[in-house]
Amino acid sequence: MTLKTHLLAGTAALFALSGAAHAESHAMMEHPETGEKLAADQTFTYRVLDEFPSIDPNLIEDVEGSHIGRNLFEGLMNQDETGEVVPGVATGFEVSEDGLTYTFTLRDTAKWSNGEPVTANDFVYSWQRAADPATASEYQWYMGLMKIANIDEVIAGDKAPTELGVKAVDDHTLEVTLSQPLPYFPQMVTHTTTFPVPQATIEEHGDAWTQPGNMVSNGAYVLSDRVPQEYLTMTKNPEYWDAENVIIEEVTALVINDENQALTRYLAGEFDQTDVPAGQFPRLSEEYPEQAISVPNLCSYYYNLNVSDSGPEALADPKVREALYLAIDRDVITENVLGGGQEPAYTLTHWATAGFEVPSIEVAQMSQQERNARAMELMSEAGYGKDGEALELDILYNTSESHKQVATAVSQMWKQTLGVDTTMANMEWQTFLTERHEKNYEVARAGWCADYNEASSFLDIMQTQSSYNDSGFTSEKYDGLMADATTAEDPLPLYTEAETILTQEFPILPIYHYATVFMMDENIKGYPLENAQDNWYAKDLYRVAAE
Amino acid sequence: MLNYVLRRIAIAIPTILLLVVISFVLMYAAPGGPFNSERPLPAQVMANIEARYGLDQPYWKQMANYVWNVVVHFDFGPSFQYRDRTVNDVIAQGFPVTLTYGFWSFIFALVVGVALGAAAAIKHNSWLDYLAVGISIGAQVLPNFVMAPILVLVFTLWLGWLPGGGWQGGQIEYLILPVIALSTSYMASIARITRSSMLEVLNAGFIRTARAKGLPTSRIIWKHALKPTMLPVLSYLGPAFVGMITGSVIIDVFFSTGGIGQFFVNSAFNRDYSVIMGITILVGVLTVTFNLVVDLLYAWIDPKIRY
Repeated sequence: MTLKTHLLAGTAALFALSGAAHAESHAMMEHPETGEKLAADQTFTYRVLDEFPSIDPNLIEDVEGSHIGRNLFEGLMNQDETGEVVPGVATGFEVSEDGLTYTFTLRDTAKWSNGEPVTANDFVYSWQRAADPATASEYQWYMGLMKIANIDEVIAGDKAPTELGVKAVDDHTLEVTLSQPLPYFPQMVTHTTTFPVPQATIEEHGDAWTQPGNMVSNGAYVLSDRVPQEYLTMTKNPEYWDAENVIIEEVTALVINDENQALTRYLAGEFDQTDVPAGQFPRLSEEYPEQAISVPNLCSYYYNLNVSDSGPEALADPKVREALYLAIDRDVITENVLGGGQEPAYTLTHWATAGFEVPSIEVAQMSQQERNARAMELMSEAGYGKDGEALELDILYNTSESHKQVATAVSQMWKQTLGVDTTMANMEWQTFLTERHEKNYEVARAGWCADYNEASSFLDIMQTQSSYNDSGFTSEKYDGLMADATTAEDPLPLYTEAETILTQEFPILPIYHYATVFMMDENIKGYPLENAQDNWYAKDLYRVAAE
Repeated sequence: MLNYVLRRIAIAIPTILLLVVISFVLMYAAPGGPFNSERPLPAQVMANIEARYGLDQPYWKQMANYVWNVVVHFDFGPSFQYRDRTVNDVIAQGFPVTLTYGFWSFIFALVVGVALGAAAAIKHNSWLDYLAVGISIGAQVLPNFVMAPILVLVFTLWLGWLPGGGWQGGQIEYLILPVIALSTSYMASIARITRSSMLEVLNAGFIRTARAKGLPTSRIIWKHALKPTMLPVLSYLGPAFVGMITGSVIIDVFFSTGGIGQFFVNSAFNRDYSVIMGITILVGVLTVTFNLVVDLLYAWIDPKIRY
């Protein structure tokens, strides 16, 4: 049996129809679907923290760069305002019965900004390029996660990139072979690493192909201007297949390093969107209720406990670990310290992850007094705490005001409830990463963001072999569950069980689930607030006329 | 004189080389690397990247290659952080920006600082003196990371007169706030040095003689007092000038000017080895050069100094 994605094809047809009916729509100054009055000025300007390391889709390695990538280029699939997969260059796909072969049908209207058609060969070239050791892309690890046939051998240089499991059946049919079934594979092709890149342009200009004037792209926008560390401007691509439904004419990313400075300039009306500095959300949402926005962000904040041989003796005792876990009053941290819509976390996977339900564990239902009482019991059973042996712990975090505030709060809670003395040590980022990875710590701050909107993106990090498992936790049972989950029809029970193991062993202490807080001009509409990965497309935005 | 210049240049070359070696060693001694991130890369991916940048070779070889490329090809290598740019690109883009706002800051600091200092000294213990001292102390105690946000708050948010950041090729309205923020503390120092130096000069014997001869005060100040007053100011100006034109991370961070100050600091945090080296060498060469220029200017101001 093959699964035909009728739904996706149907949605695409609908889009095409509404597009035709409302051609030249914003010349009429009304939004084609909602009928809102559009502003004459259709530009969107937003603040970014730092210069983009690269805007080459195969090389993009940061979140802000991927926003640029999604606007300049278009992959096989896009995400809609809730994060669901919708057609991009592909109108749909078929999956073979064994789940190993995906066949994407490409729309014949897709074009590059120079007017050339986008073909299946462009994707083949791009994927081979991304995996080629000579390209040296950091995101080869992502290509590895996609389980494309032969990917590991290609990255290792044992096989030629041409042996990668991706081929063009014809100009509009792309066939991908996987080494194991991956139910969330379609989600993964919404990521910039998999977007097509223009072979002829890259061969002509080399590394300089991403400069304005050289770059050819297939997205809703083209690169028009870029001054490193200052700004990057994109303008509407008239060759884009759905250009008639693109309302925003120009998108500019302004590089402003200091977030408070950015906020001042935002309030002065210089641009449309900026992040809210830590701790300022309550004030801003009171003063500017229409503009201050908090949305879930698929990242989890937690503390690693060093349970490896190099860790302190006390942390080898699960009772001590559980006591530390219980004694953190997460409500105080989310409400009083952070105050930006973050949610208390008792388990690792972010609550807003698609298809995931946070396991209902007993601890989450208790009051903090009950948790504290239980924590004290455990601590004295373990022989530590107020009437036992004195316990001292170091908390390691990377230099940052908000990490410091959280660490201060946690150390106060541990001191008051458990009598644990803590020393707070902050380190500059690179040093911090090295120390934590080499397990030269006792308690260390960590944050993890999902690579794709699926629970395994969180839970995989606690596998024995995971390179991010800095706690030194090993559990055969856990590893087994995660291995089974990749092929399971319904992996949710396995994920719940895996989470349960973590709340029995406590190698990590989840603290909160992230939220993104930002200020946005209330006249900008169409922003995907329910897309938990914050994957926005400027083509879906529009500016309504000020009332 | 020519001999002296040649000798100074001959000393400068080993100084710069020493700087390169020390920077190189310190850089590699710091934990982490340019491609370490929150999510450690699989070993094979890391190996591919290191091979591309030659980081898989022994340190001495990396250093030798680096020096060779810089000296022979004037090539400072690719940036490890910015994939589509070389260090030469980073400097070519950032340095003119820094040079522009640094140069105007220097002129502003020098003119206003000397004027304030001289006025304070001439009208010693008058309201003008107190005002000038007050201004310079105020400017001194307000560091530029406090100054910058205050300026933006006042001139951008409240008054709406000037843009709060950006560069736009260095148009005048984008230049004003960075120049004020960068120059005030330098201006204060120059005013302070000028004032005390001029007070000393005005009490010197040759000034008294000039007064006794009945020369008008303005002539005494311009013709006789100003030049010797500038001697201690000048020794401050050399390093100050280099400091201003090699950029201020504060200015770049707060005003998004795109100068090299910020690339310098970020490159250290990101372990972007080639950018750290490139800018270190640039700053080193400029420092050596301007120290030489200052020393030569001494001879012009004070004929007693001979080389």
